Amino acid sequence: MPITFMPEEIMETIHMVKAENLDIRTITLGISLRDCVHSDIEVVARKIYDKITCKAENLVQTGEDISKEFGIPIINKRIAVTPIALVGEGCTDEEDYVLLAHAMDRAAQEVGVNFIGGFSALVHKGFTKGDEILLNSIARGLAETERVCASVNVATTKAGINMDAVYQMGKIIKETAELTKEAGGLGCAKLVVFCNVPEDNPFMAGAFHGLGEPETVINVGVSGPGVVVHAVRENPEVDFGTLATIIKHTAFKVTRMGELVGREAAKRLQVPFGIVDLSLAPTPAIGDSVADILEAMGLEKVGGHGTTAALALLNDAVKKGGAMASSYVGGLSGAFIPVSEDAGMIRAVEEGALCLDKLEAMTCVCSVGLDMIAVPGDTSAETLAAIIADEAAIGMINKKTTAVRIIPVPGKKVGDRVEFGGLLGTAPIMALHPYSAVNFIKRGGRIPAPLISLSN
Amino acid sequence: MGRVIVTVVGQDKIGIIAGVSGILAKYQVNILDISQTILQDFFTMIMIVDLAKAVVNLQELQQLLKEQGQEIGVQIHAQHEDIFKYMHRI
Repeated sequence: MPITFMPEEIMETIHMVKAENLDIRTITLGISLRDCVHSDIEVVARKIYDKITCKAENLVQTGEDISKEFGIPIINKRIAVTPIALVGEGCTDEEDYVLLAHAMDRAAQEVGVNFIGGFSALVHKGFTKGDEILLNSIARGLAETERVCASVNVATTKAGINMDAVYQMGKIIKETAELTKEAGGLGCAKLVVFCNVPEDNPFMAGAFHGLGEPETVINVGVSGPGVVVHAVRENPEVDFGTLATIIKHTAFKVTRMGELVGREAAKRLQVPFGIVDLSLAPTPAIGDSVADILEAMGLEKVGGHGTTAALALLNDAVKKGGAMASSYVGGLSGAFIPVSEDAGMIRAVEEGALCLDKLEAMTCVCSVGLDMIAVPGDTSAETLAAIIADEAAIGMINKKTTAVRIIPVPGKKVGDRVEFGGLLGTAPIMALHPYSAVNFIKRGGRIPAPLISLSN
Repeated sequence: MGRVIVTVVGQDKIGIIAGVSGILAKYQVNILDISQTILQDFFTMIMIVDLAKAVVNLQELQQLLKEQGQEIGVQIHAQHEDIFKYMHRI
């Protein structure tokens, strides 16, 4: 039986893992909680805890076994559940769902996952009773738990932008920051506001188990900026067509790891395999930065002119290479540009090369949006809402997912830093425009869905 | 458990193959093929092995090889073949 691989191929794989930070960022188990509905919230909380701990009992161990046997790190094992607004809606006489957040948190702790997503509501066209209660519970739900992540979808291309929800999210973000001020407003790092939210996203903080999903499902998010940086640096002078091809080849290999791990995890857990999210997800580790890729492509600093074009090429090449590598693709699928989680982005902000306006432009051509942005603690709810509205408008018009994860850090001003630790990293406080959007935001109502022919 | 790729990387010296294959034989791991080369100045040996009759599982074998590698002064990885199949073959 001959060896079917070249030594160079084997060593390339090993080098990607050992030296270039190739890893599987997350295997996320989606669990439907639709059968946990009950009129008594105590019963709902118990059913949620029981179902999560039962279905996810072997998730972490399975992830660790696969990681060892294949020799590829799997950084996070996580859980996404049905939006809690839907699960809690049957409860009568409740004013908040904080009890349900606690049930999720305890279940996550019991099975050993670091985050659980789905303290969520979809309100792009309006609010039901459960949605309103959920939104009112977010700040406390995040402040009183460690692992729970919340997300709210406020806009879609087909429905328009629910500006009442946008305004409310501005206020909720302020409140969440205030309740978690001892930790630098950390609660806001676990809260995402979406336009066109995907229902099978494996990445936190925006993961939840969508309504069209099966009872349980395994979705996988890959990483690999370090591998792409290396490939780009090795080819400093090739033209764009060649560069795109090199990135496609690299993304293919990275995504194949996600496909393998997802299929193996699904088989061992006896759960359907959902999707691979074709993502370039950076970490604060040196050499694992999307900003570094853009600079390796020839930009002096990320944030300078040319950045949007470089990111567009990168994002598209990642998707093309990744799509070939996986049988099912979904989630957010694209390069992520979180500030606090990417050492190159942090550096560019601190050197004054990267501002919020350029980041907003970059979100037009990549996944996902304004992500892990720290702003001054005295930023008003209306300004936060206006930032969300701008980002939602980009998503709505361009038929893509956009999101805002922004932290108004209590007591901090432009030039300061905030430490969140771990994968959430360190964020420099970024400057905002000083002009007010109060009268715009206070109009309320819904921005109508756009015409999507006549597409200029 | 199917086929596993064992990779040995380090400075060339006497006894590397003996050291690694000794462990494999001891635990009933069958060697299907061996290739040996110098890649970027490093001795690189790649073995394809079969654990069908082995008296250890892959994770135990990884630990045994890791300890042996430390003794000989080389790095030894043992990984399920599928990782290479998925990455390099369509």
